[in-house]
Amino acid sequence: MTPQDHLIVVAAVPGDRAADLRAFLATMTLPGLPGAADPANAILPFGRFDTIHFARLLVLEDNTLGDRAVYPNLRKTDPIYLCLMIDCDGEATELMVRIARECPALAQAFAFCADFQAGGDLERWMAAHRVASAASYVNWVGRTAVQALEEARLRELLRDALRQVTTREPQAMLQALRAAVGPQLSLTPIPPTPVAWRNANRFHLFAPIVVAAALLVFIPWVTIPVAVIGLTLALMALRRRELTDPIVENPYDPAWVATLRLFEDHDVTNQYTAMGSIKPGRFRLGLELVILHVIDWAARHIFTRGGLGRIGTIHFAHWVLIDDRRRAFFCSNYDGGHEAYMDDFINKAGFGLNLSFSGAIAYPQTDWLIKKGAWREMDFKHFQRRHQIPTDVWYKAYPGLTTRDLARNTRIRNGFEKPEMSDDEIRRWLAEI
Amino acid sequence: MFRRDVDRPNIQAFAYTGFGSLSGAAYLFLRVVDAPSARGFLGGLRIASVEDLEQAKLAEATQCAMTAAGLRALGVDESVVRRFNPEFVEGMAGNPNRSRRLDDIGANAPDKWIWGVGDREPHALLMLYARPERIGYLVRETREAAERNGFVAIEALPTTDMGDIEPFGFADGISQPAFDWDVARTPGTKADRAFTNRIALGEILLGYDNEYGFRADSPKLAPGDPNAALLNPGAGDASVNDLGRNGSYLVFRQLAQDVRGFWRWVGAEAERAGVDPATLAEAMVGRRMNGAPLPDIETGLDLPGVDRADRDVNGFVFDADPGGLSCPIGAHIRRANPRTGDAPPGAEGALDNLLATLGLTARRQRTPTSSTLPWEENNTVWPYLRREDDAIASARFHRILRRGREYGAKIDRQAALDPSTPDPKAGLHFISLNANIARQFEFVQGAWLANAKFAGLTGEQDPLLGNRKPFPAPPLSKTPESTDSFTRPVAEPACRRATGVPQFVTVKGGAYFFMPGLAALKWIASL
Repeated sequence: MTPQDHLIVVAAVPGDRAADLRAFLATMTLPGLPGAADPANAILPFGRFDTIHFARLLVLEDNTLGDRAVYPNLRKTDPIYLCLMIDCDGEATELMVRIARECPALAQAFAFCADFQAGGDLERWMAAHRVASAASYVNWVGRTAVQALEEARLRELLRDALRQVTTREPQAMLQALRAAVGPQLSLTPIPPTPVAWRNANRFHLFAPIVVAAALLVFIPWVTIPVAVIGLTLALMALRRRELTDPIVENPYDPAWVATLRLFEDHDVTNQYTAMGSIKPGRFRLGLELVILHVIDWAARHIFTRGGLGRIGTIHFAHWVLIDDRRRAFFCSNYDGGHEAYMDDFINKAGFGLNLSFSGAIAYPQTDWLIKKGAWREMDFKHFQRRHQIPTDVWYKAYPGLTTRDLARNTRIRNGFEKPEMSDDEIRRWLAEI
Repeated sequence: MFRRDVDRPNIQAFAYTGFGSLSGAAYLFLRVVDAPSARGFLGGLRIASVEDLEQAKLAEATQCAMTAAGLRALGVDESVVRRFNPEFVEGMAGNPNRSRRLDDIGANAPDKWIWGVGDREPHALLMLYARPERIGYLVRETREAAERNGFVAIEALPTTDMGDIEPFGFADGISQPAFDWDVARTPGTKADRAFTNRIALGEILLGYDNEYGFRADSPKLAPGDPNAALLNPGAGDASVNDLGRNGSYLVFRQLAQDVRGFWRWVGAEAERAGVDPATLAEAMVGRRMNGAPLPDIETGLDLPGVDRADRDVNGFVFDADPGGLSCPIGAHIRRANPRTGDAPPGAEGALDNLLATLGLTARRQRTPTSSTLPWEENNTVWPYLRREDDAIASARFHRILRRGREYGAKIDRQAALDPSTPDPKAGLHFISLNANIARQFEFVQGAWLANAKFAGLTGEQDPLLGNRKPFPAPPLSKTPESTDSFTRPVAEPACRRATGVPQFVTVKGGAYFFMPGLAALKWIASL
C-alpha cells in the first residue's frame, strides 16, 4: 500500500493585503460555488495531480484574538497567514517539488506574503515555510486517490452489468460479472508498502510501549510512585484551572455564520477550518501537547480503517500549532452537513472534543477534562462557529463519494479480485453492489 | 401527571394534544397591516392552555404562532427578534444553503411556493379546531374578526378528516415521542445507550432541560425592558424575563402528494419486479398499510416511552436488522426515526461499552430477525468492525412532535389507478414542534430523509419525500449521481433495486413559526 502524507505551508500576510488575497483566491474557484476549487484553475490545477486527495488554500485570520484580553500577560496580536494544505499519496516533499516545478503561477498567491521575493526559488520558499502538524488523521491509511476513483468506477460498471445478468446462480453470476467488467477497466495494482515507511511506523508504534514497559519492569519503585504522584498533582492542577479559568462568552453572530454557510453543502463532503488561542501557561500547553501526541499515535496505529473513534465521516484531519504554540488551527474534511457533523461529534466523541480543544480560550467549561464541555450544546456550537473561518479554496478529488462509499467500494474490489468466493460470500458481495 | 414546575396555564394546549377529538381543523395565515389593533386582537384571543385541557372537554380551540417577520410587524424590537433561534430568524426560505439542505430545490424551491415568501409570507398563524359542523363558522368568524382588527388573511387552509390515514392510504401518526411531562427523566444515563422513546420536555418547550441536560437558547428580555414583569407570573421564578419559556418552534410545510402518480408507479414497478403492489409500497413506507410493522420485524419490546398497549405497533428497533432485510434501510419510517441509541447496538457489559465508546468495536445483535441473507460472522473486535452498523446518530437528539393534518379529497388505491379519477389535490399540512429547529426538524429532513448517503446507502432519498435531484450538481461533478433509486434488500440479489422513482411529494409552502407561551403572548400584545 501507499501511505498518505501531508504538505502544510504557512506564511505571514500583511494585514492590509488579506482582503486582496481573498479576492485572488476566489478566482481559483468555480463560478457560483464559493470555496469549491476549479480542478483546472490556472494557479494550482489540483486535478492535474492524481495523488492529491484533498487540498485547501486559505487566509488564516483569527476573529477571536480579542478573547486574549482576559489574560493580560498574553500577547495582544499575532499575524494573519496564508495556508496551503494538501493531503496526498506518497511523500509530500516529492509533490511539493513537482508543484513548484509545474505550477509557477502559484507564486502569484505567495506574492501576497510578507517575505516572498519575486523570481525566487518557489520550492525552497515553500520548504522554508513548511510546518508540521501536531496530530493528523487519515480515514483509510493506504488507499490512494487513484484507487478511490477506480473503485468507484468498478462499482458503477458492476452495477450496470448486474442488470444484464440473467442467471441467479451465485458462482455463475460472479463469472458473468467478471467477464463483463474485466475488459472495461484495469485496476492499478496495489504497490508494496515502502520498507522505510513500514519500519518507521513500527518504531513509532512500539517505542512508547517499550519505554513504558521497561520503566515498569526495571524500576517499578520509581515509575509507579512518580506516575501516581504526577497524575494526582496534574489532576489537581487541572481541576483548579477548570474552576478558575475565566469564562468567555461565545455570542452567536448570524452574519458570520451566513458567510460560512456560503461555502458549505455543495458536495456531500464539507470542509472545516477553525483557529484559536491556547490558554497561557506551561501546564495547559504541556497537557495539549500530550493529548495531541496521543491522538496522533492512536490515529496512526489504531484508527486507520474508516473511523476516528466512533466518528466515521472524517476523510482527513490535522491539528497544527503555530506562533510559538500560542495558537492552533484545526482542519478537517467531513461527510454530511455542518450541524450533523457537530452533533455526531458531541454525541459520539464528546470526550474527544473536550480532550483536544478544551485547552482553547473560550472553550465551554469542562469537568475533569472529559465531562461537560461539548455537552453544553449551544455554548459549544457557538464556540466552534465563532472560531471557524472560511476555507477560501477547497479541493476534493472524488466529489460525491463519502467515506462509507469509499470503504464499500474497496470491499467490492476485494471481492472482485478474490480468486474464490463461497456462495454466501458472493451473495453478500452482490448485496454491496 | 405533571410536576408543579411545568407551567400548565402558560403552555398552549397544542404542545400536549393534537385535538384529535375535534376532527374539523383549519389554518389561518394572517399578515399585519395595523400593528396596534393586531396586537389587541391577539391579546384578546381565547387560547386554550394545557391546564384548560384538564378542566373540561373543549368544544373548540384556537392556537397561535408567529414568524420572525410577524414579530417585527407586531412591533417587537429587532434586537429582541434576533435573540430567537437563528433558523427561525432567517426563515425556512431564508437562504439558499438552507434550501439545499432541506431539499427545497427544483420543484420544491421556495420561488414556486403558493405561500411562504415575500408578501405571501405569513406573519401569524391561527390554528382552529372544532367539531366538523362548526369549523366553517369558526374560520369565518375568526377571519372576519382578524380582518377588522389590523390583519389581512392570505390563506385559510382547510383540512380533511381522513380518519388517521394519510392520502397515499397508510395509517399515519403511529409513532410519536413520549415527552416527559412529569419531568422524571435524567437524560444521558446508561439506559440511553439503547433507544428511548421517552424524550425530555426541553426538546419541545423552551425553558426546560433538553436531552443534553441543559436548556436550549431562549430569547431573554433585559430586566429594564418594558413590561418584562408580564413574563414572570410567579415571583422568584428562576426563568426571569424569558420570552421563550413555555414556547416552541413550529415548522409548517404544505406537502402536496401525487396519490395517482404514486400508485401508478408502484403498480408498474411491482409488475416489473414480480411482487404485489402493496408489498412494494409497504416496503417503501416501512409499515403495513394498516400501520402494523413489517412482518419480519420483532415487536412487543418493552421500550421506555412506549405504552404496553402500543408495543405491538411501536415496540421494535432495527438493531437486529442491519442489512434491512426485515425493513429496508431506506424505508420512510427508518429514515424518519432510525430508533438508534447512544451506543452502537448490541454492546454488552462494561468492557464492551468502553470499547464501543472508543470506536474499537461495533457489536451487532447476535440473533437476526431475518435469516434469509447469510449472516456475516460477528467479528466484533478491531480490526474487523463494521462501521456501517454505527453510522446513524442517536435518535433522541433528533425527535420532533408531529401535529399535521391531511387535506384534499380522499381516494383509495383502486380509484388512484383508474384513469378517469380526477386529481384529488390531496396532501399533508405537515406541522411539527421542536425546541431547536437546526438539530431537530432540519436534521431529520436534511441528514436523514433527503440524504442520498443515509446509513451508507447511495443514490436514493426518502422513497416518499425525495425530490430525486442528481448531485453533486455540475460543474462540481461531471457525472452527478442520480438519487431516484429505492433498494429493497431481499435474500437473492434479483430485482432488488428500483430506479427512476419519480417525485411523489412536492413542497407547496412553508414557514418557521414560534408558538409562544401565553405569558409571552400577553407581552407581545402589550407592546
